[in-house]
Amino acid sequence: MSHREHIEETLDAIDRSDLNAFITVNYDGARQQAAEADTGELDGRLAGISVGIKDAISTKGLRTTCASQMLEHYVPPYDAFVIRRLHEEGAVLIGKTNMDEFSMGASTETSFFGPCKNPWDLNCVPGGSSGGSAASVAAQEADLALGSDTGGSIRCPASFCGVVGLKPTYGRVSRSGLVSYGNSMEQIGPIARTVKACAVLFEIIAGYDPADSTSLDTPVPRCASSLADDIAGLKIGVPIDFFGEGVDPAVENATRDAIDVLEDLGARATETSMSSLKYALSAYYVQAMSEASSNLARYCGIIYGHRVQRDHDWHRTFSENRASGFGKEVKRRVLLGTYALSAGYYDKYYLKALKARTLISADFQKAFKQYDALIAPTMPFVAFKIGEKIEDPLSLYKVDINTVPVNLANVPSLSVPCGRKGRLPIGMQIIGDKLKEALLFNIAWQFERNTEFNKYAK
Amino acid sequence: MVAAGFIQLEATAIQKRSHMITERTDVVIGLEVHVQLTTHSKLFCGCSTRYQDSEPNTHTCPICLGLPGSLPVINEMAVVYAERVAKALSCSVQRTQFYRKNYYYPDLPKGFQISQYDFPLAINGYLMVDSEGQERRIRIRRVHLEEDPGKLTYRGTIEKAQYSLIDYNRSGVPLLEVVTEPDLRTPKEARRFLNKLRNILEYLDVFDGNLEGSLRVDANVSIAGGQRAEVKNISSYKGVEKALLFEITRQRNLLRRGIHITQETRHFDEARGITISLRSKEQEHDYRYFPEPDLAQVDPEPLVKKFPQQVEIELPDTKRRRFIEQYRISDYLAKVLTASKPLADYYETVAALVDPSAAASWVVDVLQGELNYRGLTLDAFSPAYLVDVITNVTDGHITEKAAVKVIRIVLDRGGTPCEIIDEQALHTAPAEQITTAVKQAIEENPQAVADYQSGKKGALNFLVGQVMKKTRGRADPALTNRLIQEQL
Repeated sequence: MSHREHIEETLDAIDRSDLNAFITVNYDGARQQAAEADTGELDGRLAGISVGIKDAISTKGLRTTCASQMLEHYVPPYDAFVIRRLHEEGAVLIGKTNMDEFSMGASTETSFFGPCKNPWDLNCVPGGSSGGSAASVAAQEADLALGSDTGGSIRCPASFCGVVGLKPTYGRVSRSGLVSYGNSMEQIGPIARTVKACAVLFEIIAGYDPADSTSLDTPVPRCASSLADDIAGLKIGVPIDFFGEGVDPAVENATRDAIDVLEDLGARATETSMSSLKYALSAYYVQAMSEASSNLARYCGIIYGHRVQRDHDWHRTFSENRASGFGKEVKRRVLLGTYALSAGYYDKYYLKALKARTLISADFQKAFKQYDALIAPTMPFVAFKIGEKIEDPLSLYKVDINTVPVNLANVPSLSVPCGRKGRLPIGMQIIGDKLKEALLFNIAWQFERNTEFNKYAK
Repeated sequence: MVAAGFIQLEATAIQKRSHMITERTDVVIGLEVHVQLTTHSKLFCGCSTRYQDSEPNTHTCPICLGLPGSLPVINEMAVVYAERVAKALSCSVQRTQFYRKNYYYPDLPKGFQISQYDFPLAINGYLMVDSEGQERRIRIRRVHLEEDPGKLTYRGTIEKAQYSLIDYNRSGVPLLEVVTEPDLRTPKEARRFLNKLRNILEYLDVFDGNLEGSLRVDANVSIAGGQRAEVKNISSYKGVEKALLFEITRQRNLLRRGIHITQETRHFDEARGITISLRSKEQEHDYRYFPEPDLAQVDPEPLVKKFPQQVEIELPDTKRRRFIEQYRISDYLAKVLTASKPLADYYETVAALVDPSAAASWVVDVLQGELNYRGLTLDAFSPAYLVDVITNVTDGHITEKAAVKVIRIVLDRGGTPCEIIDEQALHTAPAEQITTAVKQAIEENPQAVADYQSGKKGALNFLVGQVMKKTRGRADPALTNRLIQEQL
């Protein structure tokens, strides 16, 4: 099959799909890139391979909405660093994937373009915020996808959709071109149907970028070539704090069974505890909302973006553009973040969150003195029904309980399928010390090879 | 209309009272000075900072326009420039952190300004300033870097414009903020401080004071331990003195009427020379400062080593001492000559070729005055011209009076000094011509001769003047004097 045929099939699948995984389909661009891959004009490790791009990542000439009315018609004049990397490897940009508005959510229900659906059950959410990226990969509407993870936004949908997703070490992948939500915690990362494909995509997008001052100037290991390394003797920590109240027994059992599999492969698992994790959820939300309140201040309809008001003074122009351009959840987080940074509250909220973050980082550093990796359920439960939690923000915030500690500690975490509850996939996350992505892929690949949970692995 | 009339009255009153103000010592002034640094590129992107002659919005990119997903990258030269200034102000330079200052304004593309808050680049310095014959130490609280916003322009006046236009060429230009302790006592002292600061910045070659908008000052003023008013939007050296004079008088008038001064921010209207209340303390912005997560901390030391200074910089005070020592000129002349780097450089070029002492007085006493009178700068009269003029004088080819005339004609009409001397026939008259003129003058003015002989010394000057007239100013005054006395 030619690349062009493969891409036509993929575009067809998208057109027939009920998932609403894409906000913008790159029909012309994708066809041209596939044709160029056929003639050999484009080559590289991703020649002719379709990649879905979370709509929070800037693509030159291709609109980038962040699933917000605010950016409904915004077309960036520049490519994100990761997009330039994909082009260098001959990738086909199949389209821009659905997400929670400005990455704020865990269900892809807050999108201005309507909710995305879970390919395993159309009544369920795909997770979020990179829901469209994970759903499109699971439903073969894309071969690979890029998401971004501020508090679990890659791992959550990877877990809910039964695919593999990595949140890299903070600084490993350039954020240049990623529309900011919580800058100090987020990373762009790969989503794929198999561990190996995920590792290849990670190698391609990772690496130093002088345009991102938080980018790490460290060589990227060849993760794909160490997948088959023996994991015998590896020390695995199982922090009980990730198995707390609210974790579905089916999820707990699947995760414990997965740990047994790794032990069968020679790893040694021990239960451990990280007491600071109880602060993680509050610390995460205070910090993310504070940063978001400032990051989103630029959207006022002056240089670009949604504009309903142009005939009044700037106060009114800004207010009306923002009031009508942002969705409810975005407004809630901007307001709360503004409050947390205000005079008289800064010490009580923002500074306290920073202190909690320091404690959590220290707990992870302590754990990695003892263990090579930690294993925990990615999500406390499987995908929930669309509409089930959206009216209750707190219950929706709580679903991030197992994913946010990783972002606060700047460490990498890989979510892989490890079971099912009915039709719905269960995911576990393998958490490593900073820059240890290769080890995470190695463990996941050994697990995937020795189990049947990943529908796509064979 | 009532308000306008009141303002008018106050403005007139100020001029009358300004002499009193400088006498009082209960005034406390602190300055926040913002200057644009002359780096090639902006503070966080690669766009050129030389936007003054460019079309609006042509020096922009995703970073300085704040497009979604763009990230700032620190311009290392801006840090190096700032460090040089900080060292010249005797500050301690430290590892530094950028902060976000959050507020909305149409000229601010990101909805926040990247500035500094805790951990500024440098702290605790000072600058010695001459004030009424003594040197005063003005402490510097902090020196930090921040980005300039864009620029708003209005069609017509700010009040009447139907819309405003925004030019983002200025957005992201590096600004250096220098904050003093409240150590200044008079408006004049504040102006001297600014002049000296400008002088240092120009010596360091990090600032161009001739560029429009390159300097902006906020001044904090309080009287007798009362609340302070912050006056914003002062953009010239003269403006500082004017704004402070107005503000001090305004506060004194209120105090005299028993009205308490409240803490507030005021706007300086340069055209009208008045300050207007902008907002009270309660309406102050809460800038919600927090550390800029997109920028790592910056350690200036390795950057300073990476970009070493190409030439040894001599600061004004050091240069002044050297001038006194090397050229044997007075402290006064040395001070004037080093008050601006272009002037000092000009002087040294001339002093290398002619008698340095003569050069100093020609530059300070004659050339500066003629230039200022015409609103011209040193570019209008090259050092080579001045060397020609001075050489002609010391060689006796022209008189000092003729030399001044040469300078004036060159400045007014152009041409070289030699051309002018020839064209105007300004060569000193030969001795025999003077002798003839002296004889004529004595014959024609018997009364003056009689006066002189009866002891009226003033009559001699009259006779010298007559000789000058006859020789069209080309007679050497000393020689003329001697010849008249001999004849009589």
